Amino acid sequence: MSMIKVTVIDREGEAHELDAPTDMGMNMMELCKSAELPVEGTCGGMAMCASCHMYVKSHHDLPEKSGDEEDMLDEAFHVTGESRLGCQIHLAEDLEGLVVQLAPVG
Amino acid sequence: MIQTDILIIGAGPCGLFTVFEAGLLKLRCHLIDALPQAGGQCSEIYPKKPIYDIPAYPSILAGELVDKLMEQAEPFKPGFTLGERAETIVKDEEDQFIVTTSRGTIHRAPVIAIAGGLGCFEPRKPPIDNLSNYEDRGVEYIIKDPEFYRGKRVVISGGGDSALDWTIFLADGVASEVTLIHRREGFRGHLDSVQKVMDLAEQGRIRLLTNAEVMGVDGEGQLQRLTIDHQQQGELVLETDHWIPLFGLSPKLGPIADWNLNISKNAVEVDTFDYSTNVPGIYAIGDINTYPGKLKLILCGFHEATLMVQSAFKRIYPDKNLVLKYTTVNGVSGF
Repeated sequence: MSMIKVTVIDREGEAHELDAPTDMGMNMMELCKSAELPVEGTCGGMAMCASCHMYVKSHHDLPEKSGDEEDMLDEAFHVTGESRLGCQIHLAEDLEGLVVQLAPVG
Repeated sequence: MIQTDILIIGAGPCGLFTVFEAGLLKLRCHLIDALPQAGGQCSEIYPKKPIYDIPAYPSILAGELVDKLMEQAEPFKPGFTLGERAETIVKDEEDQFIVTTSRGTIHRAPVIAIAGGLGCFEPRKPPIDNLSNYEDRGVEYIIKDPEFYRGKRVVISGGGDSALDWTIFLADGVASEVTLIHRREGFRGHLDSVQKVMDLAEQGRIRLLTNAEVMGVDGEGQLQRLTIDHQQQGELVLETDHWIPLFGLSPKLGPIADWNLNISKNAVEVDTFDYSTNVPGIYAIGDINTYPGKLKLILCGFHEATLMVQSAFKRIYPDKNLVLKYTTVNGVSGF
């Protein structure tokens, strides 16, 4: 199994270093949920609820946002240039060392 | 007052299938849902998304699944109270539950099945500290009656179809002044609506502020002005009578949290023997419940509904024996 390390900063500012498998088709929303971090993932990963809104704090080259993701972030609050939906960040080798921060619930 | 055998709170797939399974036992059902249509998330969030894990359907659109569930429930003539949120549950002297909705509709039943999914869909509210002070005092999240805005100055926020449609509607001689504020340059929503809004802006019939966001609300007892953060122009102040933020709906557990049920992580704890809650006569099925090994799948909700109605039958008719009848023997009309 191939693993990378990613860091998730929760809403209290605490950093959680997680082992993330890259060969299970997982995304950041699912990783957070499996680590019991407070991410709802209401819509199940369809970019339709913004409950996995997070800020990418490290300088990783993420794939461009899809139209669906852009549209959903339109309806979210506390959106910044670092905003992404966790469910649209697919865990892959090149995300080693990724740091994200959970956006406020809103 | 509406009397039924099983009162189902939530008209999503799981609630709809309960009608069928209860119908096989000659139990009548009535459904309450906060949304104006049946189908829950399947209709509200993703009607056009295919689902691949419904047995015997290699692929089915969520909206089609709801249509088929409605068709399957139809022979058992379910009742519906739609667009109303179940607010309170009390017991009467005959050990029946009385459920009252947000609009005051009263329902009575010996058994309640909570099939509430993620909870109630409620408008997303912008995170502005004093916003609640102005709710129904100039700030509205839903347009109930457009006439209410006649001759008024209205600001709408949002980039989706409802923001576009209401902008077009209110600009057509209803409101005295319409401003549409959107965080981005581009709009999602139907292309012809986007074009209409652009045309209205060009003709000077609406004020269109893109790359802008409302950051503050202010007024004496009533909304009077908004503070807007505009990417190019910086902070703007806009005088208005109404602000209508239209940012879609998001689910909240809502009143279910106040019904004395054991709740864990936003879900209702149940016994997997019959999906009963800690309150005798109240069951919880589908995404709203939790138990060891729970999976939030429509498939699992159907199974839970089927076992739940058996237990409900025994509660309603403690002296009757229940025999499992196969639909293949007598069809559905035989029930």
